[in-house]
Amino acid sequence: MKSTLVNMVLSLGVITVVAASALAGVYTLTKEPIAQAKAQKQQDAIGEVLPGIEFNNNPAAEATEVEINGETVTVFPARKDGELVGTAVESHDNNGFSGLITVMYGFDPAGVITGYAVMQHAETPGLGSKMGEWFCDPAHSIIGLDSNTSNLTVSKDGGDIDAITAATISSRAFLRSLTLAGQASQQFATQQ
Amino acid sequence: MNDKLKILFNGIIAENPTFVLMLGMCPTLGTTGSAINGMSMGLATMAVLICSNVVISLIKNFVPAKVRIPAYIVVIAAFVSVLQLVMEAYVPSLYATLGIFIPLIVVNCIVLGRAEAFASRHGVFDSCLDGIGIGLGFTIALTLLGAVREFLGTGKIFDATIYPEQFGSLVFVLAPGAFIALGLLIALFTKMREAK
Repeated sequence: MKSTLVNMVLSLGVITVVAASALAGVYTLTKEPIAQAKAQKQQDAIGEVLPGIEFNNNPAAEATEVEINGETVTVFPARKDGELVGTAVESHDNNGFSGLITVMYGFDPAGVITGYAVMQHAETPGLGSKMGEWFCDPAHSIIGLDSNTSNLTVSKDGGDIDAITAATISSRAFLRSLTLAGQASQQFATQQ
Repeated sequence: MNDKLKILFNGIIAENPTFVLMLGMCPTLGTTGSAINGMSMGLATMAVLICSNVVISLIKNFVPAKVRIPAYIVVIAAFVSVLQLVMEAYVPSLYATLGIFIPLIVVNCIVLGRAEAFASRHGVFDSCLDGIGIGLGFTIALTLLGAVREFLGTGKIFDATIYPEQFGSLVFVLAPGAFIALGLLIALFTKMREAK
């Protein structure tokens, strides 16, 4: 087809308008499911990191932002009949091997780690991506450690934790976000 | 009927996008750390490829030659964004794994390459078949590459353990292993094609 200014402008105009309206339509349709999927993921993670702890409030509805050393983390308090029985803390670290990692950690009121769930990461598959299983494997588990007294750094840095084989950077990021979460949990608990 | 089948199989063997045309190398190398990731990326690309091929073949007579590339890019980008939103809504875990590579389908050379080389010159049905063929070729190649890397790197295929993980060589999971595995697979594929 021969190109003239009029038909070039017209055809591109029509195509972009159609594409934009199609996108707007799909966006409206998927907005609700996307929000739901995110809320569901958060809900599941909160339950997962507080195993065996019974609570009867909705932690997600009571989400509180706590600032530690300039970093903001979100604390989800789990209560039974109004009394704090545990906290789920969504923490993050920007210095994973491939940038941001986001992890949800669970603590009992004394600060003992009850569980964790990796929410988001871009670590190398087969190496850093193993953080989801590594730190709950009985051989080098962080679950049951007291976040106040344990040295939550990798053994290479003089800490108590075995780093993931060949993924020390990912492990450091994981433990930094854990330390941050522990402090936030503690600060939140003392404010209660 | 025969030439329809030929279009379909053209993309899988004769013009396999990864092993023969060597297009779209960035997602090929980037997403094939495991077989399941490779396969998901292949299927996502295939979905975009089929839709964009069909639409481009439908509008080919209304688009002036001088603006055809921007027009095709808009069509492709629209489909990719739709796919991205749908995946985020209904398969959030897969969306989280593939991450940045989904929006990058827009600039995958295969999609625009097929639009320009095939869909803009053929009918709707043929273009759809070409999309399926090339998409399948890409999916097979990525799954294969992902499986080889996962097997050599971690001793698993599709997360099923074949041999203990500590005997795997990590380099295959990392970027250099992607190049090595891809090179070997291309050599093997060429050898097999020539033997026929």
